[in-house]
Amino acid sequence: MIAIRDPGLRAGRAGRTREPTRQLLRDVSGRIGWAVLAWAVALAFFLPVAWMVLTAFKPESAAETWPPQFTFSPTLSQFQLVFSGWGPYLTHSVIATVVSTILVLALGVPAAYALSLQPIKRWRDGLFFFISTKMLPIVAAIGPLYVIALKTHLLDSIWVLIILYTAMNLPLAVWMIRSFMLEVPGELLEAARLDGAGRIREIREVILPIVSPGLVSTALICVIFAWNELFLALNLTVTNAATMPMFLISSVPQEGLFIAHLCAAATVASVPVIIAGWIAQRSLVRGLSLGAIK
Amino acid sequence: MANVRYVSATRVFGKGMPAAVDGLDLDINDGEFMVLVGPSGSGKTTALRMLAGLEPLDGGRVEIGDRDVTFVPPKDRDIAMVFQNYALYPQKTVAENMGFALKMQGVHRTERDRRVREAAKLLDLDEQLLGRKPKQLSGGQRQRVAMGRAIVREPKVFLMDEPLSNLDAKLRVQTRSQIAELQRRLGITTVYVTHDQVEAMTMGNRVAVLSGGQLQQCATPRELYDNPVNQFVAGFIGSPAMNLRTVPLTDGGARLADRVLPLPPAIRTAAREAGLSELVIGMRPEHLHVTAASPQADAARDLDGSAELTGEVILVEELGADALLHVRLPEGGNQVVARAEGRKPPTPGQAVTLRIQPDDVFAFHPVTGARLAG
Repeated sequence: MIAIRDPGLRAGRAGRTREPTRQLLRDVSGRIGWAVLAWAVALAFFLPVAWMVLTAFKPESAAETWPPQFTFSPTLSQFQLVFSGWGPYLTHSVIATVVSTILVLALGVPAAYALSLQPIKRWRDGLFFFISTKMLPIVAAIGPLYVIALKTHLLDSIWVLIILYTAMNLPLAVWMIRSFMLEVPGELLEAARLDGAGRIREIREVILPIVSPGLVSTALICVIFAWNELFLALNLTVTNAATMPMFLISSVPQEGLFIAHLCAAATVASVPVIIAGWIAQRSLVRGLSLGAIK
Repeated sequence: MANVRYVSATRVFGKGMPAAVDGLDLDINDGEFMVLVGPSGSGKTTALRMLAGLEPLDGGRVEIGDRDVTFVPPKDRDIAMVFQNYALYPQKTVAENMGFALKMQGVHRTERDRRVREAAKLLDLDEQLLGRKPKQLSGGQRQRVAMGRAIVREPKVFLMDEPLSNLDAKLRVQTRSQIAELQRRLGITTVYVTHDQVEAMTMGNRVAVLSGGQLQQCATPRELYDNPVNQFVAGFIGSPAMNLRTVPLTDGGARLADRVLPLPPAIRTAAREAGLSELVIGMRPEHLHVTAASPQADAARDLDGSAELTGEVILVEELGADALLHVRLPEGGNQVVARAEGRKPPTPGQAVTLRIQPDDVFAFHPVTGARLAG
């Protein structure tokens, strides 16, 4: 692969063997090979999603057949069913996701600052502590969490999800934002200090504008994790705070055919994340390659 | 406007490490353009950052305008700094970049605008550039914006950390004279750090040469060139560098290759008093006058008392106005560089005679490097 990429090496080899045509052929076939591989992987990821969307438009009778039917009369009846019952779930999910993500960013930025640009004493330990909270399986914590939620009367309240989603995403966000902040040139911070910017001004006027693409990527990841979270929601909420993943589960009836209905619900549930991702796309690429931009 | 003083200013980066800046004593006059020059690791940038307040002192103190600012935060020192990579805020426009310090000081928007425009005019920055972002500017424009950001503040002292090192050679020469001229016009005390001795010589009212964290010599460019106090300064200042050779002493002078170089009595006395058997002699390339080897030249020597060396040209570097000859001396094969008329320089392989006046020979202590009287 390196030999293919490196024009100097390519030229040298072609010159030695005096067979530029064969070299060119190998180049082209190599490139085609990579393209095929890339598409194969992409399709492997995309096919189940495509099948889900397709099935959502099928009548229940056509959904679960073997071999799969590709000719059917598309129907929106499954979606009608979904839209008739999703209201409260959607609201809860949006609130829990948006509020927890805002909280994560509000807490994550100062924390990351204190662990990168103005490192506190023993910042390494602090950083490790943050990530260590992710090492405990959430199953092990659910018992105590349930008791705490019960005692604080937060059971089946949207607040318990907001708090837990914030706590759940914060370590990752701190690590991400910290790595983006480390990319801010030290000279800039010194210039800001000489210009008389205090700490708040320095963060708001100098650092945040530079790391904002990174913040967008961080926010997107937090949104995805919070939106798709099921375990905590399932165990700590019933109706007053039930979220979209719970709606998906509730779409599964005790008896009868349900595949098409489930697919419609799953399609609907994934649309907001896709939209968020699409909006964040440009920033995401910039954010994830922040270090490459000088 | 203010004078600046370093008093035994010291900075040590780690325990057991040699001091990056070691007891620096330096007085910079009001309105003076002072250049700190030295090779990398000489402590020049650290010294500047200590003055800026970006580097704490481990000893001594720094004064600006007779006020001890050792423990004053950078923003309260009334200084402005131009960074090597300009450090422009990438998300702000040129005007916002230049006006940021004023905004932090709470200067009103209209006043800010006026001063930014004034500075832009001073620097020949187009009005329309003021609305652009730094990445839309060329390297030279960025450099001027960085200058502008410093000028707008009207500080007591300008600090410049190799501000020309990111420009191409031609622009650097051009900007060099612009900065020097601007500083003269504004009359603001300036401390300028560079590793380029040509920049140091052309820009500074005075130049402080640093090496190993210690001040070697601080003097006017002319004085540094004519009277370097030690071997380091002699070798560092001047391009091409001075020819330095360790040679044995003889009765009448110093033995270099197959000749005896007569030394002035003052140097001979100093060497004798120091009990030296050898010393380091230094000859500037332009003091080695090149003539084609001929018997007449030998006759002329006795008339003006100059010494002469003969050798073979092994390399000619054409500079246009003149040429640099690398000449190999016999016995030991030592090389020296001589500056010759550019029109008809000797060709490689040709034998040449190099004449030098004894008064043009520098002499240094072989161990301490200190200049021997002369």
